Amino acid sequence: MSVHTLSVLVENKPGVLARVSGLFSRRGFNIESLAVGPTENPEVSRMTIVVAVEELPLEQVTKQLNKLVNVIKIVELEKSTAVQRELLLVKVRADNTVRSQVLETVQLFRAKVVDVSPEAVTIEATGTADKIGALLRMLEPYGIRELVQSGMVAVGRGARSITATSPR
Amino acid sequence: MTRMSDTETSEAELMTSATSRAEANTGPTPSGTPGARPKPAPPAGTPVRVTGAQSLVRSLEAVGVEIVFGIPGGTILPAYDPLLDSTKVRHILVRHEQGAGHAATGYAQATGKVGVCMATSGPGATNLVTPLADANMDSVPVVAITGQQSRALIGTDAFQEADICGITMPITKHNFLVTDPIDIPRTIAEAFHLASTGRPGPVLVDIPKDVLQEMTSFSWPTEMRLPGYRPTLRPHGKQVREAARLIAGSRRPVLYVGGGVIKAQASKQLLELAELTNIPVVTTLMARGAFPDSHPQHLGMPGMHGTVAAVAAMQASDLLITLGARFDDRVTGQLSSFAPEAKIVHADIDPAEISKNRKADVPIVGDCAEIISELIAAVRSETDPSNKPDLADWWTLCRSWRDGYPAGYEWPEDGSLSPQYVIQRIGELVGPDAIYTAGVGQHQMWAAQFVKYENPRTWINSGGLGTMGFAVPAAMGAKFGMPEKQVWAIDGDGCFQMTNQELATCAIEGAPIKVAVINNGNLGMVRQWQNLFYSERYSQTDLGTHKHRIPDFTLLAEALGCAGLRCESADDVDATIARAMEINDRPVVIDFVVGKDAQVWPMVAAGTGNDEIMSVRGIRPLFDDDEVSQEAIETVEATQQAAAAEGEGR
Repeated sequence: MSVHTLSVLVENKPGVLARVSGLFSRRGFNIESLAVGPTENPEVSRMTIVVAVEELPLEQVTKQLNKLVNVIKIVELEKSTAVQRELLLVKVRADNTVRSQVLETVQLFRAKVVDVSPEAVTIEATGTADKIGALLRMLEPYGIRELVQSGMVAVGRGARSITATSPR
Repeated sequence: MTRMSDTETSEAELMTSATSRAEANTGPTPSGTPGARPKPAPPAGTPVRVTGAQSLVRSLEAVGVEIVFGIPGGTILPAYDPLLDSTKVRHILVRHEQGAGHAATGYAQATGKVGVCMATSGPGATNLVTPLADANMDSVPVVAITGQQSRALIGTDAFQEADICGITMPITKHNFLVTDPIDIPRTIAEAFHLASTGRPGPVLVDIPKDVLQEMTSFSWPTEMRLPGYRPTLRPHGKQVREAARLIAGSRRPVLYVGGGVIKAQASKQLLELAELTNIPVVTTLMARGAFPDSHPQHLGMPGMHGTVAAVAAMQASDLLITLGARFDDRVTGQLSSFAPEAKIVHADIDPAEISKNRKADVPIVGDCAEIISELIAAVRSETDPSNKPDLADWWTLCRSWRDGYPAGYEWPEDGSLSPQYVIQRIGELVGPDAIYTAGVGQHQMWAAQFVKYENPRTWINSGGLGTMGFAVPAAMGAKFGMPEKQVWAIDGDGCFQMTNQELATCAIEGAPIKVAVINNGNLGMVRQWQNLFYSERYSQTDLGTHKHRIPDFTLLAEALGCAGLRCESADDVDATIARAMEINDRPVVIDFVVGKDAQVWPMVAAGTGNDEIMSVRGIRPLFDDDEVSQEAIETVEATQQAAAAEGEGR
């Protein structure tokens, strides 16, 4: 099993997310994470899908995705040649006795405090899955009250870009 | 960007029909503008003010629809009003929406055109689910148009509301929910384009009632917007040459032909390629008729109930030239032991089929007709005429299988009528110019084995989904598409009781089909599995049709406006078939009362390898081990216990 990141350009139409997620479940492919949002072209949305599959099923995944009429383009983004980011919002128990230690950890990871109260701080962090995981391990001893995380988004390094060649 | 061609239908022609209800001065009309005078037709492309429903009917006319199978209801009602006036689109009022869907499939399979069915929202639409799934599995171009609750009511659990787009998402090639009447012509153009191009398939268009009622403008031709849809038609030259090189070097090649060859209308090219290379041909269940059964190079059908020759040749092959086939489990048996020494050339229009089940050595994506044409040219240039591949030894082997294990059957010991004999005689007396449809089960396999097909589009069945009840509505659709042809539905008594209501449609709308009910009183194929794999414990397979003669099929036929005949002995078979062929003013149903113990052979039990094919019970001609018989059966039984849990009996 290996993890692959697929960047999928789809038509920005109702039901497209259902078509993509339905395809994954009925063909027995596992989605590790999925993020979807608008692109520079309002008629096109971009999905970043992380899948854990063998080499041959990955070919099946992309071929089956390509069969969806609303899917315009699929590109696999290699870890080494792409910038991959996740967003984390985490609420950590932090009263006067430990707050400074928590803030130190936040600085160490170049994360941000976005909300603070006498009993807790809320931290925003972006980064690779590895970095997010490391930050969470450091915060865990203080007590994590609430955690929310986005799927991964990724973009290829360099000047080349992935765009829908004929968006209409 | 793609443009819908308007070459087939001129705008002037359009103006004469459906939407010109207001222009036809035949007195007041239910909803039209009374007394309106004919107007000159505007030039092509000029928008015309119409209702959404009129726009729909005009669009159907513009894409060339001749026939629609359907049933009206609440939400689709607006569409049925302009349909009444259309001089181009004939609507066939069926008795059940499932019948409409299978009829559309039968029509499409017989003619090669797109089949169209129409239903109302909710239950009407959900009744189309089975035929849509069926068409999806067998890649049949079908467009389904369904009414939907008005936009404001969607999502409120309104009366007869069902999320049919959500429901049919996994079983259609694509579907649309139209939310603005201006989109109707473009959506219809796109739906027909999607259904009929690339790998064909069903497309559903769901239209809310208020979208049909709203005023909008109609113009044709319309511009399609399908940026993500670009099927590959032309094959890659390098791949074709590579395939030709493998053919030139192969000593045990087989042409493994699937339904894609029929869809691509490539039978002529296939014949040329086969004769050029002298390679043995097998035709799958979906490809029966793609290559003439009478041709000396034809080894028959491969798969679970294929011929020993076809199965053996594939198992021993060193090269499978796969054309429009998809390595279905019913063909390959246990995948790991399928054709172990064969290199695979896999040509298909759907790239996702290639290397899905069996890894291809040479993948070729494209339209089968183009691929085969280019392959012929490549084989010609690749093969040294003075040094043609010598297939003599291979043919000796193939002939030994074919002659050693011909298709055959034994007469039942209890003296009852043999179902195989009945089906064989139908094929012989009716001939290869007729169209045959079948349901699913034993009779279907016998119809695939014992009727000899010479032409494409003469054998129509439910291959992938295995839909019982397919035969009668599919025959109806085929008959409407090909009225000059004799259409025979070879059906089982189980299947027949699922969809025979469409015989009323056939009788009233003028589709004099013949239905041969191979009545063994049982769900025969399930019974066969119970006999082989469940210690002859016949759980829920006796329909009582024999014991109680309920229903009496001849009386049922009469009640449905058909002629009802019955045949119970071998001596009467020919005369009964001849009698049926004389009746052409109404459909005919023949109740062939046959024995219940006849079985479909050869057989590769599910979950076992193709090498274990049994030509008859206990005889495995390809298996090295000579100790066959009971021990073999027991091994199969053990494997089967697991497989049976998957509920594959049908």
